[in-house]
Amino acid sequence: MAAHDEQIIADLGLRRESARSLYDYPNVIRALSVLCFLIAWEIYGRRVDPLLLTYPTAVVQAAFALITSGELRRQMADSLTTLALGFGASVILGVGLGLVMGRSRIASAALEPHINALYATPQVALTPLLMMWFGLGFTVKAVVIFLFAFFPILINTASGVRNVSASTIEVGRAYLASRTQILFKVVFPAAVPFIMAGIRVAIGRAIVGMVVAELFTAITGLGAMLTLYGNLFETAKMFVVVIVLGVLGVVLVRATQALERRMARWKETERAS
Amino acid sequence: MLEVRELSKVFFEDNDPRKPGLVALHNVSFSVRQNEFVCLLGPSGCGKTTLIRIIAGLIRADRGEILVENKRVVAPGRDRCMVFQQFGLLPWRTVLANVEFGLEIEGVPREERQAVARQYLELVGLNGFEKYYPHQISGGMQQRVGIARALSKKPDILLMDEPFGAVDAQTREQLQEELLKIWTKTKNTVIFVTHSIDESIYLSDRVIIMQARPGRIKEDVKIELPRPRWEGDVRADPRFAALRTHIRESLRC
Repeated sequence: MAAHDEQIIADLGLRRESARSLYDYPNVIRALSVLCFLIAWEIYGRRVDPLLLTYPTAVVQAAFALITSGELRRQMADSLTTLALGFGASVILGVGLGLVMGRSRIASAALEPHINALYATPQVALTPLLMMWFGLGFTVKAVVIFLFAFFPILINTASGVRNVSASTIEVGRAYLASRTQILFKVVFPAAVPFIMAGIRVAIGRAIVGMVVAELFTAITGLGAMLTLYGNLFETAKMFVVVIVLGVLGVVLVRATQALERRMARWKETERAS
Repeated sequence: MLEVRELSKVFFEDNDPRKPGLVALHNVSFSVRQNEFVCLLGPSGCGKTTLIRIIAGLIRADRGEILVENKRVVAPGRDRCMVFQQFGLLPWRTVLANVEFGLEIEGVPREERQAVARQYLELVGLNGFEKYYPHQISGGMQQRVGIARALSKKPDILLMDEPFGAVDAQTREQLQEELLKIWTKTKNTVIFVTHSIDESIYLSDRVIIMQARPGRIKEDVKIELPRPRWEGDVRADPRFAALRTHIRESLRC
């Protein structure tokens, strides 16, 4: 068939249009744009008071210093450990409680007022209170991260579970699945795309929570480095931390997106077809 | 043997206590012999789907009872298996994993259930499609998966709720023929819900004609056309035409 089509297209004298322009290379445009920005920054930055602004080459030097001294690595490891713990707890509890709330109307009605109230409160406002309860160390940071990340996961899981159609659950019943089997072999997999979307939103919020907690407690972690070098007016080092946080955010969000695509692949292709 | 005794079912509106209930089934009785192929035929709202769902044990009757081998049916059981109108496949599972589902629930070890699943996929003509996802195959193929999944449980009674309602006309005739071929091998008792007169005559030994408001049995028609019915053109047989006319008349008044 394909060969046949080619023959007809050739007979008609038609050809794919292939006019190339800069327009077809968006990555080149992106790279040039960033380069222009860096050059402008370098020129302007060198003429401004170094207390207020720095310039790219100074940032690179500062980064080199922070890396070779091991400080950046140490603080980053500290931040990431807390992040993993707080975020991990929010995934486990968010998905678990979300499954319960999605399946049981009673549990949902009983928990909803508390959850809505907590979710509506800006979590930043809770941080000073949490510091009174949990001190300035590791615990309070993990709790703040947990609170930032927990709600999107919980709410998405619950609505994903509620979204599973009665006819899908009926398939489970018709094939003699127990309540537990229906939960884990029917409801949970059906809700995975929702859960993953919640996790993707939550990872971004978890990073915000991490920085907020570290800024408040100002003892360890990347946020604490920001406070420290801010107080010392070492602007270039502050920029290093900001860039590291930015890159960390991008990497983690991209990673969850990739995981989401993998786990919810059937949903995406289902929508496309 | 399956026996339906004076079955009644009423649906009440969930939120409106002023509305009277809807009588979906009223005093329905019939029985089905072993290895018999019976169609429940009727217009929408005649309660045929409600009836097959009660037989499947997915919903409870309000009055009357259903007996399978003299045992009362109150819940889904391993003696009955359902093929759904919208296929009821689990979209995150591959074709093979969908067929495995029933056996997996039963706790059959992986290797064994995969072997059984492959065997039934071959029976419905889907070997080679094990790794596809439901959305990647056509509606007709999806329903073959649904049939393979039901048969893999070796049910005595196969319940089919308008299984070919959601596929196009050509595929539908092809699936009807294949269903008969499979049935001659597996020899299940089949209860098949449809609203197509031709489909009911082509497939079954008996057509139970149902009527709406309230849902009840109008007539029980024996289909004594010779089997196998896929050889030659049964639909052009004068007896087929006579049955078609008779059933159409019966449905009309």
